[in-house]
Amino acid sequence: MNTASSIVLLTIAVLAILVALTALGEYMRARVPAGTTSPSVDTFMMRVQSWWVMVILLALALLIGLPGVLILFALAAFAALREFLTYASKAPSDHYAMALAFYIVLPAQFIFVGQHWDLLFSVFVPVYAFLLLPVISALRGSSDRFLIRVAELQWGLMVCVFCASHVPALMTLAIPGYAGRGPLLIAFLVIVVQAGDLLDFTFGRRFGRRAIAPGLSPRTWEGVAAATLCVGLIGAALSWITPFPPVVAAGMAMVTTLVGMAGSIVLLAIKRDKGVKDWSHLIPGQGGILDQLAGVLFAAPVFYHLTRLVWLP
Amino acid sequence: MTFAKAITAVRADWRGTDPLPHQRVYYGNHTSNGDMPMIWAVLPPAIRRRTRPVAAADYWLKNPLRAFVGAEVFRAVLIDRRPQARTEDPIALIVAALTEGSSLIIFPEGNRNMGTDPLLPFKSGLYHISRARPDVDLVPAWIANLTAIMPKGEVIPLPLMCTVTFGAPIRAQPDEDKATFLTRAADALAALRPGVPFDSAPPAAPAAAVAARAAP
Repeated sequence: MNTASSIVLLTIAVLAILVALTALGEYMRARVPAGTTSPSVDTFMMRVQSWWVMVILLALALLIGLPGVLILFALAAFAALREFLTYASKAPSDHYAMALAFYIVLPAQFIFVGQHWDLLFSVFVPVYAFLLLPVISALRGSSDRFLIRVAELQWGLMVCVFCASHVPALMTLAIPGYAGRGPLLIAFLVIVVQAGDLLDFTFGRRFGRRAIAPGLSPRTWEGVAAATLCVGLIGAALSWITPFPPVVAAGMAMVTTLVGMAGSIVLLAIKRDKGVKDWSHLIPGQGGILDQLAGVLFAAPVFYHLTRLVWLP
Repeated sequence: MTFAKAITAVRADWRGTDPLPHQRVYYGNHTSNGDMPMIWAVLPPAIRRRTRPVAAADYWLKNPLRAFVGAEVFRAVLIDRRPQARTEDPIALIVAALTEGSSLIIFPEGNRNMGTDPLLPFKSGLYHISRARPDVDLVPAWIANLTAIMPKGEVIPLPLMCTVTFGAPIRAQPDEDKATFLTRAADALAALRPGVPFDSAPPAAPAAAVAARAAP
């Protein structure tokens, strides 16, 4: 089966699941007593709704190929960086450094990916931006909370730009016997991370007991463990879209989904630290892009490098 | 207006009240010349049409473009900030605008706040307005992040998000003296400040600012 028809088939399968989930949500909503609301049902429906949008956008981008994926994730990175830096510590003397981050570093990073400049794309943010931006802030002469300001700007760039750029970068890996099928690797990454999120939410509510990060996240050890095992099965079932044999695909899926959950918890901690409920209101009633993408952002570089380590000659 | 909205993704947070079509005086913190357009932009169109900003004549009459925009776009109530030179009582002008039925946007700090304190001491105008028209609600509106988007003297705006938070309306009580009322009004506004280093305030904020931030 060629790549395009695989993408279409996957999209139809995922949309069928979304139809089922939407129906399930409406059924649960109908069972909520009249005149009251159930926050968990509302949260569930909210997530399903955002997945409709994400699935359709991602499917279109994957069908277009590398330019589509680059543009989609560059826009997502821009929105994520805007959310992150809105709440980051900053001073007027960081103005040029932040302008550089938004208008130069971000587009350059995605251009490097598009040009297949592997080495430059791997070191540009962690080496060049890391060393250059604090110099620009320092030259403006304010040392007040300097390390905090510099560190938060760099952290924002790493998560929102560097990590995000690893999603389109999956299409630039020259895996033997897998030529032209890069978009499917992205689909695999996104499906296992998002499936892990949904399953953890479901299982955690059903039989979750011990909180994984008490006082911070509602996730439970039971929910995470059950979700990870299920995602392993999903990964094995999806091995036909990956270069991996089923057992390896299961392992990759489990590692990836665990990293994704860890990323969600880390970004939740940052959000709580900054005293905000949602990163933004980009999608009305559904929170910001960082709320949606936290898992994928953390999982992308790990998935990229595991794939690269094992499957590249 | 569309440009300002696109750059700042400005959003209203109607925390203490709803966007009701009552006659109101919105009073905000003043850190940038973009403050007034921000409040104006987030008001629903029906309310915006009957809301006029109170602005400094010396700024808005400086050149023909500003004079045109101030008069024709914002329909500003222009007041003279120089007590010696002015011919008309600013409070009388403001109250006259209220009597016409307009809602108002006012910045009671009087000048742009360039320091690190959340608010400058309020001028007494807000008190006199509420005394003259005790039936009109005063709605605090905190504008967050605008200074970080474009600090004074910069030319490149940053695409950060800006929020205008509207608090619960207040009115001067019949037995309330000026100082008490102005402190209460300033506290109501400062309490809307996000509990984060949103602007460029250092962590060692003055005790009053910390208390205002800690208030629920």
